[in-house]
Amino acid sequence: MGGNSATFRIFRHDPSVEGEEPRFQEYEVPVRQGLTVLDALFHIQERLDSSLAFRASCRAAACGSCAMHIAGRYGLACQTQVGPLGDGPIVLRPLAHLPIIRDLVVDMGPFWEKYNKIRPFLVPGEPAPEKERTQSPDDRDKLEGLIDCILCGICSSACAVGGTDDAYLGPAALLNANRFVQDTRDGAAEERLRIVDGEHGVWRCHTIFSCQEACPKGLDPTGAIMTLRRTIIRHRWKKLVR
Amino acid sequence: MHSHDVLIVGGGLAGLRAAVELNKANVKVGLISKVHPLRSHSVAAQGGINASLGNHPRGDYDTAMRHAFDTVKGSDFLADQPAVVRMAKDAPLRVYEIEHWGCPFSRTDEGKIAQRPFGGAGFPRTCYASDKTGLAMMHTLFEQMIRYQQAAERQELVVYSEWLVIGLAVDGDLCAGAVAMNIKTGEVDGFKAEAVLFATGGAGRIYGNSTNAIINSGMGMAVPYRAGVSLKDMEFVQFHPTTLLGSNILISEAARGEGGFLLNKDGHRFLADYPDSKKAMEVAPRDIVARNMAREILAGRAVEGTHFRLDLRHLGEEKIQKQLPGIRDLAIRFAGIDPADEPVPVQPGQHYTMGGIDVDRSGATLLKGLYAAGEAACVSVHGANRLGGNSLLDTIVFGAIAGEAMAEFVAGHVRPASSDKALADSAAREREAVERLMTGGGTEDPVAIKDEMKKTMMEKVGIFRDREGLSSALETIRGLKDRYKRVRVSFKGKVLNQELRSTIELGGSLDVAEAVVAGALAREESRGSHSRTDFRSRDDASWLKHTLAAHTPDGPRLSYKDVELGYFEPAERVY
Ligand SMILES: Cc1cc2nc3c(=O)[nH]c(=O)nc-3n(C[C@H](O)[C@H](O)[C@H](O)COP(=O)(O)OP(=O)(O)OC[C@H]3O[C@@H](n4cnc5c(N)ncnc54)[C@H](O)[C@@H]3O)c2cc1C
Repeated sequence: MGGNSATFRIFRHDPSVEGEEPRFQEYEVPVRQGLTVLDALFHIQERLDSSLAFRASCRAAACGSCAMHIAGRYGLACQTQVGPLGDGPIVLRPLAHLPIIRDLVVDMGPFWEKYNKIRPFLVPGEPAPEKERTQSPDDRDKLEGLIDCILCGICSSACAVGGTDDAYLGPAALLNANRFVQDTRDGAAEERLRIVDGEHGVWRCHTIFSCQEACPKGLDPTGAIMTLRRTIIRHRWKKLVR
Repeated sequence: MHSHDVLIVGGGLAGLRAAVELNKANVKVGLISKVHPLRSHSVAAQGGINASLGNHPRGDYDTAMRHAFDTVKGSDFLADQPAVVRMAKDAPLRVYEIEHWGCPFSRTDEGKIAQRPFGGAGFPRTCYASDKTGLAMMHTLFEQMIRYQQAAERQELVVYSEWLVIGLAVDGDLCAGAVAMNIKTGEVDGFKAEAVLFATGGAGRIYGNSTNAIINSGMGMAVPYRAGVSLKDMEFVQFHPTTLLGSNILISEAARGEGGFLLNKDGHRFLADYPDSKKAMEVAPRDIVARNMAREILAGRAVEGTHFRLDLRHLGEEKIQKQLPGIRDLAIRFAGIDPADEPVPVQPGQHYTMGGIDVDRSGATLLKGLYAAGEAACVSVHGANRLGGNSLLDTIVFGAIAGEAMAEFVAGHVRPASSDKALADSAAREREAVERLMTGGGTEDPVAIKDEMKKTMMEKVGIFRDREGLSSALETIRGLKDRYKRVRVSFKGKVLNQELRSTIELGGSLDVAEAVVAGALAREESRGSHSRTDFRSRDDASWLKHTLAAHTPDGPRLSYKDVELGYFEPAERVY
């Protein structure tokens, strides 16, 4: 970072323009205390180069729009401060394993398709009572770290397996599958376990913990995958014994 | 051209809830959102949703009517009481229902939905999922949409993500559909529908210091406004007492509901010094707390003249982590401060748009077939000041009601042939307007216009207002509108043209901002969030009425309409 400014090196590409090659473009952004990478992107787009494309919405780490690769690791642009990123140019790239629409914006379609595969909705075990279904605070606690997922796609992007197996459900979908398996109100565990038990499910994970390391919300998809594995094995045993 | 029975504009809580309702009624739905639905502002809601469940040990005697009373009093008696009563009565139904769909609410020891105290409420009635209630509710509703999409026997439910609605088609007194631009390709297309719902959220970003998502430009209110539907009570803008210094990211009222202290530069709980907050202290209603903060700033008792300290340390790390994990995370990541060790620097910021598209209790506007719900709409249940936890409630109660009303409307509606032509004409007009922006020789920088609008709104149309400031603000906004006619879009690409999109939205923001200022200038009284230093008291004789702003080429034309009473007599608002 030179003086009071930082150099950003940003991935640029428009696949809709024939013959246009992907490239990196550099921008100087004035830095102040508290400046986030998202602030810097807006500065560039609004004041230096209006052609830059990126996504943003809540800017408070709740919506997952601005997930990208920032200075060597994945993160949300909105919750990444520029100050501590160091001297070199700050390199920004889009999420991996997804088709690029333009610049830092990827097509999340394949990501959502996988999420849809795990049947991400409660399938109640019993008919609804008049008031709420009760759930003990301890049982509710089991959902902590699972319901906090903002589906930003960072974990799936950071996952090495995702790069080699297009059909791998990936950490986000699997963490969300576990969210329903762990919910005492859900009655479809058998079916859920069957879905994630397949060739492109939980057994594909190489336990490298890249997803856990990358998660901007501090969640542990690897742990969720391990829990699913153990549950599957337990269910198999139960069936054998029965 | 796309075609559906009903078109929903907006994929936040109100839009999703309406979609689920319509799908239950087997109506073909198209849902348009300028961002993927799960990127909507609603996911950022933190503290909770009100319903008189009586699950809290101190909530035994809570009832829907008490909830209604608190809401009406909180509104400074400007809310329409039959609508408020309906909302309060539906509240438990809607909350139980979303719990049945899987919403992971926090729990009491008996396993019931947990409730916490919130400002202006007689009982702890705010149901919550730690401090991420919006995320939990949004995921639950989105999950229900997927459930319907995956159920073979259901009608279609098509989601159009990253389409910006820029126009409405009007056929006489009928809404004939909408016109939208595909942000990913630049293409402008018509959406044919028998009924259209605007669930486009708030307009916070017309201010420079808003807690709202960056996308909350107000464009969604401007589209029906330009098509002849009035905006109601736009001068009522809520300022939240506790937003992070600098970024204005929200620190939920839950932080005070759980027992946090608000301190001035002397470390003093200054709310004790003001008659209207000395009893309820930190959980006095938002308008009152924000105003007293502004007074402290004026009196030179704010920290560094700009902010306050929100002290949570006495709650202990365990409680903070359990009840307010999201707040803690935000404070650490965005301000570098762990609330378990240090007070959080906070200042008031724009937070909620009480006004909105004028609708009746069923969500219908005066344009047949056009409906609105959620923060974009004004029913009115929040009147001059919304209570915390009532807005999430508003979205799912009136989202469901509007869904039901539209299903009924569509069943009895025969679309005249003229409607198709109206839609085609409107699409052609909007396409041309976009084309003009792209090819015209404008010279005005949209960013400069936007910056000045935000600054003006913040400085002159904020917590305290007066004639002088408001008149000058109106002049500024009109000047900006004039400059906007010569606005320039430099980037000519079609794919994800962020400059084009935000320039289009800026036009909407300016129209909405003008309606806010005009309403505020005309309303010569102080009520709820609207504090005029030149008219300090509430004036029921002249002003117990809703402002209606109708769009004209020369700016808003104001008229007024009576408040619906019927349950509670307007009285002085003391806490
Ligand atoms: C930080 C924060 C915390 C909050 N916490 C609480 C709380 O604890 N309790 C509470 O009751 N309230 C809370 N609120 C208020 C509450 O979150 C909102 O009022 C509510 O979520 C609004 O929901 P909505 O569905 O009306 O709109 P939104 O969630 O804003 O959704 C609007 C939708 O419309 C779409 N859209 C808008 N314009 C267009 C267009 N022109 N074309 C196409 N699509 C468009 C957007 O893409 C989006 O999908 C909070 C608000 C903030 C800012």
